Amino acid sequence: MNIIACVKQVPDTEAQIKVKGDGSGIEEGGIKWVMNPYDEFGVEEALKLKEKFGGEVTIISVGPARAMETIRTALAMGAEKGIQIDDPALYNADAYATAEALAAAIKGLPYDIIFCGQRAIDDDSAQVGPILAELLGIPQVTFVTKLEIDGKTAKATRPIEGAQYVIETSLPCVVTATKGLNEPRYASLPGIMKAKKKPVDIKKAADLGVSGASKSKVVKFTPPPARPPGKIICADDTPEGKAAELAKLLREEAKVI
Amino acid sequence: MAKGVWIVAEQRDGALRKVSLELASTARKLADQLGDEVSAVLLGSGVEAMAAELGKYGVDKVYLADNPAFEPYTTDAYAQAITKVVKENDPAVLLLAASAQGKDLAARLVGSLATGMASDCTDVKIVDGKLYCTRPMYAGKCYGEVVVDSFPQMASLRPNVFPLVENAKAGAVVKFEPALGELKTKVVEIQKEASGKIDVTEANIIVSGGRGMKGPENYVILEELAALLGGAVGASRAAVDAGWRPQSDQVGQTGKVVSPNLYIACGISGAIQHLAGMSSSKYIVAINKDPEAPIFQRADYGVVDDLFKVVPALTAEVKKLL
Ligand SMILES: Cc1cc2nc3c(=O)[nH]c(=O)nc-3n(C[C@H](O)[C@H](O)[C@H](O)COP(=O)(O)OP(=O)(O)OC[C@H]3O[C@@H](n4cnc5c(N)ncnc54)[C@H](O)[C@@H]3O)c2cc1C
Ligand SMILES: Nc1ncnc2c1ncn2[C@@H]1O[C@H](COP(=O)(O)O)[C@@H](O)[C@H]1O
Repeated sequence: MNIIACVKQVPDTEAQIKVKGDGSGIEEGGIKWVMNPYDEFGVEEALKLKEKFGGEVTIISVGPARAMETIRTALAMGAEKGIQIDDPALYNADAYATAEALAAAIKGLPYDIIFCGQRAIDDDSAQVGPILAELLGIPQVTFVTKLEIDGKTAKATRPIEGAQYVIETSLPCVVTATKGLNEPRYASLPGIMKAKKKPVDIKKAADLGVSGASKSKVVKFTPPPARPPGKIICADDTPEGKAAELAKLLREEAKVI
Repeated sequence: MAKGVWIVAEQRDGALRKVSLELASTARKLADQLGDEVSAVLLGSGVEAMAAELGKYGVDKVYLADNPAFEPYTTDAYAQAITKVVKENDPAVLLLAASAQGKDLAARLVGSLATGMASDCTDVKIVDGKLYCTRPMYAGKCYGEVVVDSFPQMASLRPNVFPLVENAKAGAVVKFEPALGELKTKVVEIQKEASGKIDVTEANIIVSGGRGMKGPENYVILEELAALLGGAVGASRAAVDAGWRPQSDQVGQTGKVVSPNLYIACGISGAIQHLAGMSSSKYIVAINKDPEAPIFQRADYGVVDDLFKVVPALTAEVKKLL
């Protein structure tokens, strides 16, 4: 089985995000970069399928030089090879341009299934997987918490509000992974050593025949709106007194109950 | 020249989803600024009666396709039908819900319509004839203002954020019959959760519990309060990972993003990844015995005390009020 896993390098979930003074972006200094947590689920599922059916896992990432580290992390987890698409034309690419570059890189490869994360935790856009599927003309199943593959078809569980859909689709397809799908493995020390020697192809937008042009752009970044300082409820200091005061505030001041 | 504000209405089990009316109300506002009409696409089987309700919230025209292939939702059938009707009519703006269905469909349409989209927006407005979308990024640690440079300008709207505004328009029905090509995906099973359970993304009030709940059996006190308030019970990742609560209840960066009117965090410390999922709630209450817990920095109302005493007392007080 030929399996592709798309990975994006993003700031660690703990990272403080500071907006640049002119609102043109965020300050990147001091940020610790990691693999998008949802992509870890995708890579893990890819490795499990390989272990079951044989074949190869190829990692693809669009990103600047530092993104190589994330590709190496996936290789250290057990993937065979990587492709990095590193081109300044794509550094602030939107979902469409990113998916277009990924689709161009994937088109020449053999593949049975492609994994993405359900969303990247930096842009939070949750778009690249489905756009990629559309550009490749293959089906998608998104937000997948359980996956069964039998050679030609995939059966995937997808939670929606108040229910779960079990969806059957033909391969090849794009699956976007969410929490619950599996427990991602850690890279072992021997894995990390081996990853250093695994092949990673570096490509430019021109090599893939894409311009990198985005359809949308963030024209301004701002810090989140400030919340007014909250009230600590002391009332008469008993839990009952505090509860009574809280109920009153929720009813009369906030008017939410 | 692209013209008109369009929405994709969402329905399930014979009823319009509330978020569809949020979309309609918001589209009406944008269309009035542009001097345009609002159109809705409504797909399903036996759904014609829903057109009138969309009309009540400002929709001029409903493009309706009634076909068993649209029940239940599949990406294939919906994307094919909507792509075609949107391409034929060339709207300037296309809005969907950032719901489970909407997220799956909207991004597919971005691909088929070769356009751009601002996802999960908390505000949209028209400036000089263009759509400007405000959306949380980096899990709400900053906000971005997004413009789309191609048509239709797409945005998905976060449920529960945009107000409902009644504004009666015709809701006139235009039937269409999209020719569907090969459908590669099908829903083979629908597993419903306990009936009456409200999903956290759709609840107006969430009572959420974390590691401070000490064990799964104690959530009954949160369930009681939530039931009384007509809300849902949420959980931190610590509670979900411990197996106390289902994954579908998890709020936060690797869980759900919620925007209720009221979020009551009980025994939740307020880790940055948890705040990522609930900081756009209108009112936040924290009940925690540790006065230093970071959740208090986000809370509108904080109670420093033992939740096992405060929550039952709060339930008793609410009973008196309601
Ligand atoms: C990549 C990544 C993704 C993550 N995603 C999420 C996510 O989506 N959602 C999420 O929630 N977390 C997420 N986390 C985990 C997060 O970092 C925290 O570990 C988690 O939120 C802690 O849960 P908690 O607040 O329930 O537990 P704790 O941090 O242990 O807090 C328990 C709180 O309960 C209070 N308490 C204890 N007993 C009582 C009592 N009797 N009365 C009142 N208060 C009491 C304590 O004072 C304490 O503040 C993620 C972490 C990572 C690294
Ligand atoms: N620059 C990128 N390189 C590789 N994969 C990406 C990139 N951006 C997004 N993806 C994939 O698409 C998923 C969803 O991202 P997004 O649509 O940006 O939220 C991610 O989890 C990745 O799997």
